[in-house]
Amino acid sequence: MGRATTVDDVTVIATESLSKRFPRVTALDRLSMDIEPGVTGLVGSNGAGKSTLIKILLGLSPATEGSAAVLGLDVATSGGQIRERVGYMPEHDCLPPDVSATEFVVHMARMSGLPPTAARERTADTLRHVGLYEERYRPIGGYSTGMKQRVKLAQALVHDPQLVFLDEPTNGLDPVGRDEMLGLIRRVHTDFGISVLVTSHLLGELERTCDHVVVIDGGKLLRSSSTTDFTQTTATVAVEVTDTDEHPDGTGALREALSGRGIDTRTGGELPGAGHTILLTADGEETYDLVRDLVADLGLGLVRMEQRRHHIAEVFKDQHEARPEPGSERAAASAATAQQTGGGRDEQ
Amino acid sequence: MSSESTQIHNIGYRKYDGPRLGRAYARRSLFSQSLRGAYGLGRSAKSKVLPMILFAVMCLPAAIMVAVAVATKAKDLPVDYTRYAIVLQAVISLFLAAQAPRTVSRDLRFKTVPLYFSRPIERGDYVLSKFAAMTSALFILTAAPLLVLYVGALLAKLDFTDQTTGFAQGLVSVALLSLLFSGIALVISAITPRRGFGIAAVIAVLTITYGAVSTVQAIAYEQGSTGAIAWLGLFSPITLIDGVQTAFLGATSAFPGGEGPSSGVGVVYVLVVLGLIAGCYGAMMRRYRKVGL
Repeated sequence: MGRATTVDDVTVIATESLSKRFPRVTALDRLSMDIEPGVTGLVGSNGAGKSTLIKILLGLSPATEGSAAVLGLDVATSGGQIRERVGYMPEHDCLPPDVSATEFVVHMARMSGLPPTAARERTADTLRHVGLYEERYRPIGGYSTGMKQRVKLAQALVHDPQLVFLDEPTNGLDPVGRDEMLGLIRRVHTDFGISVLVTSHLLGELERTCDHVVVIDGGKLLRSSSTTDFTQTTATVAVEVTDTDEHPDGTGALREALSGRGIDTRTGGELPGAGHTILLTADGEETYDLVRDLVADLGLGLVRMEQRRHHIAEVFKDQHEARPEPGSERAAASAATAQQTGGGRDEQ
Repeated sequence: MSSESTQIHNIGYRKYDGPRLGRAYARRSLFSQSLRGAYGLGRSAKSKVLPMILFAVMCLPAAIMVAVAVATKAKDLPVDYTRYAIVLQAVISLFLAAQAPRTVSRDLRFKTVPLYFSRPIERGDYVLSKFAAMTSALFILTAAPLLVLYVGALLAKLDFTDQTTGFAQGLVSVALLSLLFSGIALVISAITPRRGFGIAAVIAVLTITYGAVSTVQAIAYEQGSTGAIAWLGLFSPITLIDGVQTAFLGATSAFPGGEGPSSGVGVVYVLVVLGLIAGCYGAMMRRYRKVGL
């Protein structure tokens, strides 16, 4: 009992050179990490070892080597206690179509050990919190994908766990459903006080939702740091201006004016439309003022001026640049071929 | 209008500080949910129809026999307690075929099993609950008509000691039958997540084995090799139960010529029955090791 009460101060998940080897593959390779309370994203491509890690953390599959603790409890010996305090939302479909969400979640609450009355009350509360209202009395078979995902989330939260594992919760959702689900996941921590470990192979999602991101690849820890580290606000500023009769090339004019004041600029990259974006490094508030004044002097319209953040995706890029693999040569070769064929098509 | 709905949205999250009753409670809950489910209770009206009809069909002959016995002031009931389930074995097979797949293959087909195993409940708890629930459901189905017979017999003022002994023997017999049949039907249903296959396979295993065994027994009887009859009975579930109750529970055998097993062969029968029940349990445990998370 005493161990669980101090959980806010300690790490929620801790692994120490955790390895899992199957006869043919190594799913986890000496993974050591500490995860603190909050929303943590676990990123990795398919087969990176995410699901294996969750299985071990639930105490359902023994590790080949190393150790892991969840909420201060050893996964090897206290699996039952861990599963009482942890919720799990699987990636795949897991809902029977012929019962209502209420019936199903009540049953799952009782399977978590909640007495009948508490199970019903908590079910009503939880379904409302995930955004299911009147439809919760209808059979699940008639639900949309978004509603089904909410039921899956509800069954993971119904016993008020201290930590939930959400395996690809945004899978199969449309952009709106995705945003709603991500908002819900954020609330699970901020409003409900439940720590979250959410897996995804989409970095952009986790960037917005998580406090901390762990990247694993091939069962190895690639990087583990807070999202603010990942996407640290850099001093890069993006500016976009309109053209006028006086300055048919507004972008060029502004760049000239800026270089006249000793500020290096570059264009925004190769993406369509990015040629009109000017990137510059700001030294502080004065730079913003200077840009504003120059734009006003030239009589251009300022479309936007914003701070650029690093995207988590760049973590992967950095990693690949850092350790060139035989694969990258092949990739370069195929890229060259693609260019050739592309050029060939142009000639025709 | 809109203000009402926003009010509902704004109720804050409440923590749960109440008791968590753990594994044993979850096991009991799963047991009662599965047992009720076998009779369609707590489920749609449609799923109550078949089990309830079968239950009525099972009890009706008993009620008629009792009525006849009371009206004609008969000295004895027209059917032994131990014989009743054998006579109505088709109803038992139908009930099992319909309800065993419902009990286990739903969770497999809809992949609900991982949700159980991510909770304190474990594989053994799950298998035990399902096995116990199916056995209890079948025991209720087979013991209820015996109860009707017994109460009727007492009303008809038949000999109390005789009737009580017969009733007790009948109960032991159907308890054994429930364990054996449930085990076999559950293993078959757990192999396939498809309910239709489960239904067909359960009926096939129960009726084909019985048909084959009784045919070969009849041939053996015609050819005068009566010694083989008792041994042949080891190869189908219902003849196994018949053999056990003939040897130890004072029943008259339904085998051709009444050539039931002697006490010596009866021991083999009991061992085979117990071995099969244990084997079915083991097979279920193996099956669920694969479908975890």
